[in-house]
Amino acid sequence: MREIAVSLITDKVAQLCRDANFELPSAVREALEEAKGVEESPQGRRILGEICENAAIAREERIPLCQDTGMVSVFVEIGQDVHVSGGSLSEAINAGVARGYKDGYLRKSIVSDPLFRVNSGDNTPAVIHYDIVPGDGLRLTVMPKGFGSENCTALGMLKPADGRDGVKKFVVGAVDKAGPNPCPPVIVGVGIGGNAEKALLLAKKALLRDPQTPAVNAEDARLERELLEAVNKLGYGPGGLGGRVTALAVHVETYPTHIAGLPVAVCLNCHSTRHKTWEWRGEDDE
Amino acid sequence: MMSREPAERIEAPFAGGVAARLVTGQRLLLNGVLYGARDEAHLRFTDALDRGEEPPVDLRGQVIYYVGPTSPRPGRPCGAAGPTTSGRMDKYTPRMLEYGVSAVIGKGRRSPEVAEAIQKQGAVYLAATGGAGALLGRCIKEMHAVAYPELGPEAVYRITVEDFPVTVAIDGRGDDIYRIGPARYRMECE
Ligand code: SF4
Repeated sequence: MREIAVSLITDKVAQLCRDANFELPSAVREALEEAKGVEESPQGRRILGEICENAAIAREERIPLCQDTGMVSVFVEIGQDVHVSGGSLSEAINAGVARGYKDGYLRKSIVSDPLFRVNSGDNTPAVIHYDIVPGDGLRLTVMPKGFGSENCTALGMLKPADGRDGVKKFVVGAVDKAGPNPCPPVIVGVGIGGNAEKALLLAKKALLRDPQTPAVNAEDARLERELLEAVNKLGYGPGGLGGRVTALAVHVETYPTHIAGLPVAVCLNCHSTRHKTWEWRGEDDE
Repeated sequence: MMSREPAERIEAPFAGGVAARLVTGQRLLLNGVLYGARDEAHLRFTDALDRGEEPPVDLRGQVIYYVGPTSPRPGRPCGAAGPTTSGRMDKYTPRMLEYGVSAVIGKGRRSPEVAEAIQKQGAVYLAATGGAGALLGRCIKEMHAVAYPELGPEAVYRITVEDFPVTVAIDGRGDDIYRIGPARYRMECE
């Protein structure tokens, strides 16, 4: 049994919120740089240039990459032998979000009620997902995501008979429908299987994978390649003004499902794909 | 589209006749004053117009920027301030153009009704690069809320810009870069 104080968790979440909003993950930056060499449209190349310059300014001057600093998803992997002391873990995480957004001068984009729409004032609550895992470790991933791309999320409860082709059609259709709105080049997260909420969670988590890393399973990786090719035939390109690079990557995650269903979820992330992870290594880390 | 041409410097608000000669695909650097407004400000503003009330700020002849900026660090005029998705304002835009707004800046596709209103009113829709909030924020030299300050990022802001880069997305002839551009690169999927 190892013990971790909630105050440390609050500190770390605050820092992750700030860093995620100022620093584009290096793998995403590399993918954008690489896209410059592939893009044929001069407008598209210019926009990729602006996006890369934007990332450099944000990092150097600690200005948010995008004014939509998002709603925060937090993915927690907590070992079953960890004891969290000094208060509620969820409250500690939300306190970290509130502090990070205040200290980092990040935009407060959350309304406390979806219909009455009064700003909560500190960008809380976050959406927190817990995974209880063996051992005594703790891993926190903070993912602020803007709603330009979140609003393009699609869920299809396909029929088993729709099969692989049906899945491809649905994914390409979702990217086509989104068009320029999610700030392409996007990363496409695809969750296939499970039930409705599992498919969505797979698709969302798929966005955390580096654009250069294919799926572990060879069949999934093949589907990813086919989907990326199809999506990049749509022609939206950077900023949606026309071009070859509509998506930097397509990431597929699968899960067993029911005999009567074929759920497929698509989550898009804009080029401003932001996330940051902290792993607790024990007392000496404090 | 004239994307290879160098960007043209233009004063905002536009002088008479400027909006009419802009061509889809043309790149501009805006200098002068823009008004930031997004969802909730549009709702309140058009409600006031519909009730025949005087809106809290005169936007006739002005350029509206769909933006909800981050609050700046102390001593800075602006934080990140890129465009938000314009489609959410489609419902309000024909009314705003009829009222007298001369140009709007945002990102993404507009509805056919908006494209039609742009043509009818001789207005123009300009695209700024989505997600370039830090870069675009640097072009903002001054920014303060002039209406609905209680809305925070959704207030109406008066924004002074220097060389703020945009691309003409829908011009007075109704040519739409979000249709023309992708059509040029679209390949048939099997
Ligand atoms: S889609 Fe992403 S990059 Fe575009 S405005 Fe929203 S958060 Fe920013």
